[in-house]
Amino acid sequence: MMTPLPPYAGKLERAWHWFYRGFCALVFFFLIAPILVIIPLSFNAEPYFTFTREMLTFDPDGYSLRWYQDFFTSESWLRSVRNSFVIAISATMVATVLGTVAALGLARSYLPFRAALMGLLISPMIVPLIISAAGMYFFYSSIGLAQTFVGVILAHAALGTPFVVITVTATLIGFDYSLVRAAQSLGATPTYAFFKVIMPLITPGVISGALFAFITSFDEVVVVLFLAGVEQRTIPREMWSGIREHISPTILAVATILVAISIALLVTVELLRRRSARLRGLSS
Amino acid sequence: MTPAPDTAMVTADGLPLKLKLRQAERRKKLTAFLLVTPLLLFIIVTFVVPIFDMMRRSIDNPEIGEVLPRTTEALQAWDGRDLPPESVYAAFAADMVEGRENRTTGRVATRLNYEISGMRSAVNSTARRAARLEAPFKESLIETHARWGDPYTWQVIQRESGRFTASYYLSALDLRYDESGRITLQPEEQRIYLPLALRTFWLSGLVTVITLILGFPVAYMLATLPLRYSNLLMILVLLPFWTSLLVRTTSWIVILQSQGVFNDIVAFFFGEGARMQLMHNQIGTVIAMSHILLPFMILPLYSVMKTIPPGYMRAARSLGANPFTAFRRVYLPQTIPGIGAGALLVFILSIGYYITPALVGGRTGQLVGNLVAFHIQNSLNWGLAAALGTLLLGSVVILYFVYNRLIGIDNMKLG
Amino acid sequence: MTRARKTLIAIATAGTFAIGATALAQQSVSLTIVSWGGAYSASQQSAYHDPYMAENPHVRIITDDGSANALAGIRAQAQAGNVTWDLVDMLPSDAQVACDEGLLLEIDHDAMLAPAPDGTPASQDFLPGSLDGECFIPQIVYSTIISYNSTMFPADKQPNSITDFFDVENFPGQRAIQNRPGGNLEWALYADGVPLDEIYDVLRTPAGVERALAKLDTIKDHLVFWTEGAQAPQLLADREVAFATGYNGRMFSAAEEEGQPIRIIWDGQLVEWDGWVIPKGGNNIEAVLDYVRYATDTQRLADQAKYISYGPARASSAGMVSTHATLGIDMNPHMPTHPDNYQTPIVLDNEFWTDYGDELRERFSAWMLR
Repeated sequence: MMTPLPPYAGKLERAWHWFYRGFCALVFFFLIAPILVIIPLSFNAEPYFTFTREMLTFDPDGYSLRWYQDFFTSESWLRSVRNSFVIAISATMVATVLGTVAALGLARSYLPFRAALMGLLISPMIVPLIISAAGMYFFYSSIGLAQTFVGVILAHAALGTPFVVITVTATLIGFDYSLVRAAQSLGATPTYAFFKVIMPLITPGVISGALFAFITSFDEVVVVLFLAGVEQRTIPREMWSGIREHISPTILAVATILVAISIALLVTVELLRRRSARLRGLSS
Repeated sequence: MTPAPDTAMVTADGLPLKLKLRQAERRKKLTAFLLVTPLLLFIIVTFVVPIFDMMRRSIDNPEIGEVLPRTTEALQAWDGRDLPPESVYAAFAADMVEGRENRTTGRVATRLNYEISGMRSAVNSTARRAARLEAPFKESLIETHARWGDPYTWQVIQRESGRFTASYYLSALDLRYDESGRITLQPEEQRIYLPLALRTFWLSGLVTVITLILGFPVAYMLATLPLRYSNLLMILVLLPFWTSLLVRTTSWIVILQSQGVFNDIVAFFFGEGARMQLMHNQIGTVIAMSHILLPFMILPLYSVMKTIPPGYMRAARSLGANPFTAFRRVYLPQTIPGIGAGALLVFILSIGYYITPALVGGRTGQLVGNLVAFHIQNSLNWGLAAALGTLLLGSVVILYFVYNRLIGIDNMKLG
Repeated sequence: MTRARKTLIAIATAGTFAIGATALAQQSVSLTIVSWGGAYSASQQSAYHDPYMAENPHVRIITDDGSANALAGIRAQAQAGNVTWDLVDMLPSDAQVACDEGLLLEIDHDAMLAPAPDGTPASQDFLPGSLDGECFIPQIVYSTIISYNSTMFPADKQPNSITDFFDVENFPGQRAIQNRPGGNLEWALYADGVPLDEIYDVLRTPAGVERALAKLDTIKDHLVFWTEGAQAPQLLADREVAFATGYNGRMFSAAEEEGQPIRIIWDGQLVEWDGWVIPKGGNNIEAVLDYVRYATDTQRLADQAKYISYGPARASSAGMVSTHATLGIDMNPHMPTHPDNYQTPIVLDNEFWTDYGDELRERFSAWMLR
């Protein structure tokens, strides 16, 4: 499948070639196997984390949906699902609006202090989460935002904006602003020009930025550990206490559902990326 | 009237073109800046201020000055030798009576206990009896608790009565004041943070090297394969990247625990006795972190390798270089920006790790981040947590500048 | 339909409305009650929360398993002026720290707590020593003990003392201990030959601390650390470890209710109180006080012992401890205070830990890292 070996390749080169391929195959296995291994285990009929004899012989009795049933009937898990969506969607909306508007400014090379501003605005992505969480915990506690939905949403929005800024700015790289002027000189109002010229171009970036922001909030646990009270517990927070106390296979069922969500998001972002590249005339 | 010998061009409304252009330029800059302003304000309020608040907390020292104002003032005149004069004791007794009424002595008790063990009960038991103390206060206080008869107690109160303190940073760097007030290193068996910082850097370095060794060939393969294959394989890299951190950590617990998937396979082939301890130690932390951070290495490497024309290697070979020389001399140097970006990204992420070490790390797999969390939630020494956090942040900022120098933040690529 | 029947329906309907109206008159309250999670929270749910909510339908109780970080939570909430925890289950030493910092409601025991059924005031009825804290409302006596998985040792060679716990040659396997000095240092000294009543005197000296850590060094390579109470029985049940320190009630639940092969070593059990505190500044102080009065009365504390093997803190409840709610086994032999179990106890010295806790936690962390 990859560049074939040239016919003049020596013995050593051949051996190396196969070693290299085998090595890469092992790394790919290392990357993906741990994520896949939990999927069948989440259908285990027994409360164990290993493959039972029945599972290995594909005996239907070895499999069951009881852990999924557990998940869908547990009040605390369902509350965490609701919280996760409420928090992630709100944080995504805040991050996307603020991030997109800022990216429109940041994409212009004549913006004063551009590098410094960019550095500051994407700093939530670079500062280790434990430090952000500590700072937010101290500060939000002192202004009464700890253990509130508003506090968690603001924190997650701050963590999500860098992704929106980066993806939207990337779609604007190489954008020719004379197109906007051309539209305006042909009679378009600035708003009309924005929606007709800039908007179609940045939409893929906005959506994939929003998805990044969403998954950031949806998966985030360190800030939630510090800032959220019992009423704001999200899915990862519930998983955290589950793992710390007692890993029941219900956690594997939740994990499997989360993997399915990740796959859906990944596919969406990938399709958007290709569309964006096509729109900008770059080969995909 | 003769026209001025001015040859400057003028716009329709009579202003010089230069001025007009400058105005337009300024307006453009202003518009761009206004677009950025809302996010800028948002990030400052929700993120930057909290970080600065944490830094302030690492030197903030209000307890003694606020709760013991009279004592603080009276101690200013004391030379620090022998026991302080009666005026200090009288001031302290008065502060204690007031502090007891306002329920504020507990804060001083907690603060002083960080400096000298046993001060918590000394302060609290004294506060309970404060109203009954009688002059001469020196004698009655020493009778209440022997600590008040030790000059060292008063030296520490004097030292820590200022608005700011260095003592949290000293603790965070395993330093302390000795009996004569000089700063010295803690005895070796009592050092915590320096060995922990060393371990954090060592494990982060190890994870960086492992992800580089595993990630480089994979990135190379992805960059050189025809697109229809590489896109497919790319999913194997991106899926872990998009999967929840807790899901991946859970997987590793399921795999690594002594009754887990891996050990079951080992036991199946080699018997029950062959089960290995892979969790609750550094091995578990390193394996799980390498897996979690591997995509962060592969993606920047890939995006750099993608830009290297394959023709260079072929040219080197046709000029007689053997494949390894061609790779080493021609290809490798061009991947340096990718290696730098990937390595720094992985390293920065590693040194701030908290969740994975907390769940699979055990005793020997803990990192600095875990102690920050510990001091926030368990020991409640927030000043020390803030000092540790600030030091950690400092090292990240330094690394970040290196990163910016080498690669430039604009080149950050996602997925 | 007969007239009588119609009247009956009318009365019944009116009655329903009347009940509805009274319920409405009492404003609905939701109380956030913080506890330790796992089997212990389950026992509180069955013994206190459920019956209380049944009698007071306007009250909704939300539980939070946050007691492990209770002091941090109370401090943060007080500082923020946003107290969301109404009642917190806490250890007496932490409660005293919070009380001294003015974060907790001070308790007037006779005014706020129910007297015994025979009229003995609360201050006389609660066991001696349990009411020392000004803000602390005792519930139970519990103990921290060492347990082991009996399937990991031959039937004729089961461990039965602290000495065995420190003997890795004769009793091989991993040991799980808590990642804090409390308990671990005491046991190390006890195993090293220090008499029970001298342990804290020895620990007050730097040499004593060194001695305890040196003893722990002998098993260091076999140690796993737990942070939350529920982890210890889980580690034993999963055969991740052979021994684990833990709370006697949770070990009881794992052994008796779940049938796990877990056995308790009562030698050197570390006995302590556990109880409620009320954070200052909450919105529901009245409702909380009403709940507390109910949940700490003689009957409720005795009921609690039907679900988990912790001893009630009231003298009047002790005689009412009988059998387990579902298993029907006698609970008395499982209580930490039962004479058979209470032969070599270490009574936890709270004053020692309030004073030396900060320093020893640092020392213990340093030791763990090395």
